[in-house]
Amino acid sequence: MKKIIIIFILGILFSLHGCTDTPTTIGVYMLMDTSGTYTKQLEQAKRIINYLLGTLNPGDTLAVARIDSGSFSEKDIIAKATFDQRPSVAVKQKRVFEKTVSDFITSVKGSAHTDITGGLLQAVEYLEEAKPGKKYVLIFSDLEEDLEEGHTRDLNKIDLDLNGYNIIALNVTKLLPDQANPQKYYDRLNMWEEIVTKRGGNWRKINDLDRLTTILEEE
Amino acid sequence: MTWSELIMSWAEWLYANWQFVVCGIVVAVLVLYGARKQGHELIRSLCRVMSDGLRLMAKSALLAEQRVSARNKEVLINAGKESVERVIEREFHRVDAVVKRDLGGFPVLQRAMAEQVSLIDEDYQASSELAPPPPEWLKAVEGVAKLPSKGDSSVLNILKEIHKTTTQQYKNIMAEYQRAVGIHHAKLNKLLPYWRKVTQTLDEVGKTITGIHERARIIDNRMEEYEQIRSKTDTAERMLTSSSLTQFFISGFALIIAILGAYINFHLIAEPMSEMVGAGKFMNLWFIKFRIADVAAMVIIMVEVAMGLYLMEALRITKLFPVIGHMDDRMRYRMIWITLSFLFILAGIESALAFLRDQIAADRQALIKSLGGETGVSQVSWIPLVGQMVMGFILPFALAFVAIPLESFVASLRTVIGKGFSAFLRCLAFCLRLVGNIIRHLGVFLINLYDVIIFLPLWIEDLIKGKKKDIEKTEIKQEVF
Repeated sequence: MKKIIIIFILGILFSLHGCTDTPTTIGVYMLMDTSGTYTKQLEQAKRIINYLLGTLNPGDTLAVARIDSGSFSEKDIIAKATFDQRPSVAVKQKRVFEKTVSDFITSVKGSAHTDITGGLLQAVEYLEEAKPGKKYVLIFSDLEEDLEEGHTRDLNKIDLDLNGYNIIALNVTKLLPDQANPQKYYDRLNMWEEIVTKRGGNWRKINDLDRLTTILEEE
Repeated sequence: MTWSELIMSWAEWLYANWQFVVCGIVVAVLVLYGARKQGHELIRSLCRVMSDGLRLMAKSALLAEQRVSARNKEVLINAGKESVERVIEREFHRVDAVVKRDLGGFPVLQRAMAEQVSLIDEDYQASSELAPPPPEWLKAVEGVAKLPSKGDSSVLNILKEIHKTTTQQYKNIMAEYQRAVGIHHAKLNKLLPYWRKVTQTLDEVGKTITGIHERARIIDNRMEEYEQIRSKTDTAERMLTSSSLTQFFISGFALIIAILGAYINFHLIAEPMSEMVGAGKFMNLWFIKFRIADVAAMVIIMVEVAMGLYLMEALRITKLFPVIGHMDDRMRYRMIWITLSFLFILAGIESALAFLRDQIAADRQALIKSLGGETGVSQVSWIPLVGQMVMGFILPFALAFVAIPLESFVASLRTVIGKGFSAFLRCLAFCLRLVGNIIRHLGVFLINLYDVIIFLPLWIEDLIKGKKKDIEKTEIKQEVF
């Protein structure tokens, strides 16, 4: 009988060996296009950020960065936080986060160029360090890349592994040339989808911002 | 593919290969006819083996059921004995308390009564000392006074003097006598309160004796029950089983209520607990993932229940932990105070957590509102907050009482499981026997079916045999004639 009890206790202890912090935390990195006329859309981006702030739980990570002429830089991160495990502290962090983003949106000036690839590389780098359970990169942009002269973004030469990443394009607006030829719009979307899926990532597009609840759903 | 399609495809196949099918049937019938004896034997022996095996299993199950029933009875009787012993012990404690309370002062009472009786006796003795009646010679003097004086003045004067003197003396004596009688009555009057007091005391003693008599009657009944249980009669077993089942359902119902209470309690403190242990931490138990905050909340509730168990044990209401029950009274009182203190502290913690829960919810609500662009402070009612805090404080104490139904449930569960297992074994034995019988009869059916399949060769065989018999009969007749 004693042996059975000892085995039972050892079994319980062994099974409890896996007591750790959860790997199911969420990490969201949001890229906001601040180029040209797209700055007018940033109020929509604020809606998304507010939704994320209301949805993310303690322990989750959120970062918001701008897409400008050279986005592969930590300086482009507007606000970032890994929310504290204590709900009350997390709420305070969220308030500060919201204020930082609001201040940025009211004072933002449009950039001359659009470096989406650089922003994506920065997002992957940040999320790799944060090590969340689920990784999301939200790209709030028209997906029209316009690199500054002298900047090179050859993804074929960069070892970019997007396995486990959910890349979501938000509010992909139609440009004037798209009106003339819609194929350009679809080509642009297909190009980004190919870039992501080829490297193991999941690709999604959400244009209807009334469906924000679907953002953090897994494929 | 649907059933109709399947049937159609089969029909088509048969139609296409009918020669092959017919040949196959003929060969099969011939083979079966050839191996008829062996086939019958095979079916018979197979069915017999299975039937006998099942019957053996049924017998084993019945034997096991008998053993389980005997064990159940033993456990039931022991539990019943223990229960009645507890009741008798309690009754004796009550009698002891009555004797200590009411008859403990009996020597003092007896002394008081003796004193009162002696006082009464003295007074009575005193009241019995009456003044002597008028002396007898007075009658003689009266007689002398009535004598005729016959005109002699000197004699007359003497007689008058004698009469006067005796009359005066008589009056004096009568006055003395009446005074003595008065004193006697006064003394008798003084006796009345003593008598009343004695009557009252005797009434009190009488009441106490009646109470003890009642208790003695209850003890007698219980002793009779105890004797029945000890002699392991069927009546006692039935009575105990019925009582056990009732206990099982009642305590089960009470436990369900307690579990619901614990569930509400859990939801009251699980959320704010994340403020202490973190909201995003999980632990894995095999493949199930638990939030650490939920586990912590559950641990608090379990500790409350455990404290309740110890408290009830220390109060000698339950007997789940004999070690606590057998402690000396001083230690037990300490245990009561310690567990009560713990419960009080835990109730305070829960109340604080309930307050925190409300604060977190309000904070979150405010954040969501501000994120949604709403401004202004919403009116918050304090009633839910107070309600939550009161609930948080009361529930730990309510949960402490779970020990009582738990003890009954555990005690009756053994009987219920035993009875259930016994019934299961009986059912199993019945089913095995039934299946065994079915298989035995199935064997007969299969033999008949075998013969039906090969009815054509059998019929031909019968025809040939019949002709042979006819020929033999004709030959015999010819020989006879």
